[in-house]
Amino acid sequence: MTSRLSAITLNTFREAVRDRVLYNLVLFVFLLVASAPIISQISIGMEKLMLVNLGLSSISLFGVIIAIFVGIGLVSKEIEKKTLYTILSRPVRRWEFIAGKYLGLLLTLVVNAFLMTVGFYLALLIFTNGLKRADAMLLVAIYFIVLQFMMMVAITLLFSTFSSPIFSAIFAFALFVIGTFGNDLRNFASMSKGTTKWLATGAAYIMPNFASLNVISQVAHGQAVGGNLVLFNTMYALLYSIAVTAAAVLIFERRNLK
Amino acid sequence: MYAVDIQGLSKDYTVGFWKKQRRPALRPLNLTVATGETFGFLGPNGAGKTTTLKLLMGIIFPSSGSATILGKDFHDPEIKRKIGFLPEQPYFYDYLSAPELLDYYAQLSGVPATTRKQRIGELLERVGLSDVGDKQLRKFSKGMLQRVGIAQAIIHDPEVVFLDEPMSGLDPAGRREVRELIQSLKDEGKTIFFSTHILSDAEALCDRVGIIYKGELRGLGVVNDFRSSVAEKTEVIWLGAHAMSAVNGLMTDARITGDTVRATLQSANLDRALEALRGQRAQLISVTPIHRTLEDYFLASTREEEKEVVRQ
Repeated sequence: MTSRLSAITLNTFREAVRDRVLYNLVLFVFLLVASAPIISQISIGMEKLMLVNLGLSSISLFGVIIAIFVGIGLVSKEIEKKTLYTILSRPVRRWEFIAGKYLGLLLTLVVNAFLMTVGFYLALLIFTNGLKRADAMLLVAIYFIVLQFMMMVAITLLFSTFSSPIFSAIFAFALFVIGTFGNDLRNFASMSKGTTKWLATGAAYIMPNFASLNVISQVAHGQAVGGNLVLFNTMYALLYSIAVTAAAVLIFERRNLK
Repeated sequence: MYAVDIQGLSKDYTVGFWKKQRRPALRPLNLTVATGETFGFLGPNGAGKTTTLKLLMGIIFPSSGSATILGKDFHDPEIKRKIGFLPEQPYFYDYLSAPELLDYYAQLSGVPATTRKQRIGELLERVGLSDVGDKQLRKFSKGMLQRVGIAQAIIHDPEVVFLDEPMSGLDPAGRREVRELIQSLKDEGKTIFFSTHILSDAEALCDRVGIIYKGELRGLGVVNDFRSSVAEKTEVIWLGAHAMSAVNGLMTDARITGDTVRATLQSANLDRALEALRGQRAQLISVTPIHRTLEDYFLASTREEEKEVVRQ
């Protein structure tokens, strides 16, 4: 089982690399380098705040875009191109295929985020006169971004098991936007009454909540992130990803691949 | 024990958005293939050949029925270690090279890491692709892809090999290469179940064939049985157009060029026709039996069906 799972995971990663997905790193570096002189001109004394906001937001946004655009094709492309035929005719369980695909894209995003993080810290080192001990807190924000990737990959993979790539992209992007305002949805649910409250609370639990995973502004201002939040967010992202991936497996297990 | 034992396997698809209707893609199919046999599954496009193979591979699920492969339920993932499958017009991960693709499939099939490299090298040699190096599959010709397809189907040394239209879309040289590869698998004693609509390939390779049409098995037997079930004809050529009147009622077709007559007749009428020609002192040039092909049987059986539909 582990051999098959790792084979599918590594092949998914290799596909992303050979499809030049990691080329986005060039754009990221360009963005950091090109923005540095502009930042220093428009915000004297605020360079670091701007750079942290820009850097971390870019790591998040680039990753989410990759998660959506690669994720929507993870299963549907294999069905459309019939490459799945040669996979399922081997001793590969359908859940192994889904899990392998999930881990493969997540690995791509983690490697991508790692390389971006290295670039981001280099930029900090160059443009803000050295790193400080407090800058380690930025890693917590990046860790939360990776948790966000875990959830987004599960969501796009779920849509990919039953929908066409274009609709999957629309649905996944819609969920990303809703999830970004996840706290607003919870507030709305707590203020509502009757059926609306019931529906809004249900929606708030079903929809992903990315708001609590976004601590970019907090760490940019040098504020610490509590250990409880790290633990809670880790558990939340893990459980949400497992639940959504399990739903993807359930759908895929029953699907006729015409 | 049969290599493949299909018991009442069927597949219906639901069509229509508002008014849903069931359209049978495969009517209950009963079929057995013996161990070591090369079985040809024949039928025109859309007859149900690919549906049958997709059902056996677990790509789609049956509406009813069951099947066993090498004595085990066909849904058992472990049985898939012993079977190989080449889909119709295969498409592979085109960002991989042939050795990378085979390595991937070998891992999925549970080939131990210690023997993988050697096995891949041997197999690439066998299918004539030992010199492709690290070239990505996107740069491969159709014939090369088909050979990679066969290599991936046998990378784990399976006992039963399922091939869906293995010669389809290939040029004559490519078809010959694939035919030779199948022949070599047959010589190794592997059970081969292959679907085709190219009947000459089935005639050349198969021990037994099944003919499927409109989702239903129409015939099953050894190739020679099908040939003999089609009325045999004989071509007779002689000199002496004057003898035509004596054999007129016995011929199904005749062409006269100068004094030479080229006639076709039912083999059952041959003796009477030859006697009549001798009586007319015609000079016999040749008597040649016309071997009916599987294609004749195939066309005859499908035409009968069409005639019945027209009559109704």
